[in-house]
Amino acid sequence: MSELRDLYQEVILDHGKSPRNFGKLESKTADAHGHNPLCGDTITIYLELDKDVIKDISFEGRGCAISLASASLMTGLLKGKNMDDAQVLFAHFHKLVSDSNKTMSVNIPTDDLQKLDVLAGVRDYPMRVKCATLAWHTFNAALQNNTEEVTTE
Amino acid sequence: MANEISDQVNLRFNNWKSDFPLLSSNATSKKLIYLDSAASAQKPQIVIDSMKSFYESEYANIHRGVYELSEKATIAYEGARKSVSEFIGASKVEEIVFTKGATESINLVASSWGAQNLTSDDEILITTMEHHANIVPWHLLHKRTGVKIKAVNIDENGELDIDHFHQLLTKKTKLVSITQTSNALGVNTPLSEIIDTAHSLNALVLVDGCQGIVHKRVDLQQLDADFYVFSGHKLYGPSGIGVLYGKYDILESMQPYQGGGDMIVTVTTNDSTYAKPPYRFEAGTPPIASAVGLAQAIKYISNIGMEFIALHEHSLMKYASKSLQDANIVKLFSQIDDKAAIISFNFDDVHPHDVGTILDNEGIAVRAGHHCAQPTMSHFGVSGTVRASFGLYNDFNDIDALISGLHKVKEIFK
Repeated sequence: MSELRDLYQEVILDHGKSPRNFGKLESKTADAHGHNPLCGDTITIYLELDKDVIKDISFEGRGCAISLASASLMTGLLKGKNMDDAQVLFAHFHKLVSDSNKTMSVNIPTDDLQKLDVLAGVRDYPMRVKCATLAWHTFNAALQNNTEEVTTE
Repeated sequence: MANEISDQVNLRFNNWKSDFPLLSSNATSKKLIYLDSAASAQKPQIVIDSMKSFYESEYANIHRGVYELSEKATIAYEGARKSVSEFIGASKVEEIVFTKGATESINLVASSWGAQNLTSDDEILITTMEHHANIVPWHLLHKRTGVKIKAVNIDENGELDIDHFHQLLTKKTKLVSITQTSNALGVNTPLSEIIDTAHSLNALVLVDGCQGIVHKRVDLQQLDADFYVFSGHKLYGPSGIGVLYGKYDILESMQPYQGGGDMIVTVTTNDSTYAKPPYRFEAGTPPIASAVGLAQAIKYISNIGMEFIALHEHSLMKYASKSLQDANIVKLFSQIDDKAAIISFNFDDVHPHDVGTILDNEGIAVRAGHHCAQPTMSHFGVSGTVRASFGLYNDFNDIDALISGLHKVKEIFK
């Protein structure tokens, strides 16, 4: 049960139930669509970029608690960041959920690290890592103006 | 009589579970409650042993060597074909084609019979409850030939809308390709009526028997399907082998699906002539040891008796339905009495994958997701469900464990 609580922490359950930044962004300058064909989960990320700064970000879609919470936490974290910072966070997050050797990234504010850390429990559930990373990969596609659908497979 | 039979089922049942090493060993980190037999069944020791022993003392390629070992292997492989033929009531053993699975069986029919006989003027009827394996091959055929695909609706219980079937079935219909039992819901289709009506309009019928054949006896003489397909691994046999049954005159009219060794009569560098069915459709070295394993699986379930398995599974399905209803925490799909031991359900506000992970933590293996039946899911307006499916080795304790696992889900997602 303790392991499960690592995965389903209160923060995750809360964000899963009432995701933040959920809905279409009218002022969007870019968007991308993501899909996990194995479970049918979908996500759309909307970005409003002001030069290289993420002025606003939101998402729409349906999925499990892990994927909704991940998208919710991600959008909260990325708002106001510049593109370079976003890439650093993405790289850190990817390692956090998929690499068993816990690595500490430099140049990331402690506050942000803590926010991402709540999803670290996913690492112990290899089948669920894709649920957590779909939002980030889709965000990355939006950032690069990639119009092709992002897929986990 | 019914009580007498269920007493016999109870008496015999104790032995069944212990026949399956994975269910009684410490192979998994927790005590395994396996409720995913509709995806693939576990294997009895006797099947595993038969393949091991075949590799240890009888293995060689078939139909080729003149030496003793090759002859032994050929006899074992062709013996397996005979077992399958008798098990499903084919009129001759040559009506049994070995494939690598039901998916390949359907693709074979689509690529060969379909491409040969169907044009853009023709129609194929499928249903909304099909597995993707009985949808996508027809889409591919549509792209090749222009043949139109129409789907018969299902109702709010997941049962086939038979009126809609009669409405869609016309002289343009050349094939009805339909499942015997929905893999996502456990619902059976009214095959007799479908086959009779289709035949009255000269349409052929392909039956996807993957889920049907594991839950009840199939007799093709009575059923009169033109094609019947199933996979070995769902029938307690090994993975990598499946069956295509086809009426012999239809198989004989069909062009090869793949070319290669063992499916020819003569080959020159310019041309080749093809062997008769079933060999025409078995290019290359087939899954020989898997055929041996499948024959053993058929022997195993035949010794138990399909009618006992069916009774046992029906009692599991009834008990599970009632327990889930009493627990009153999930919504059940397709609550009907006469269906296979497959139950789909959802929490109102918990995604199936989260349910699956929490149950996994309790050692309970269920399937969560769309079950390769996305049109069925769309019909119910969901992206997926949790599915518990039962095999001959499950018991009431497994269902009690499922219910207590679901209470844990509720507790975490309160």
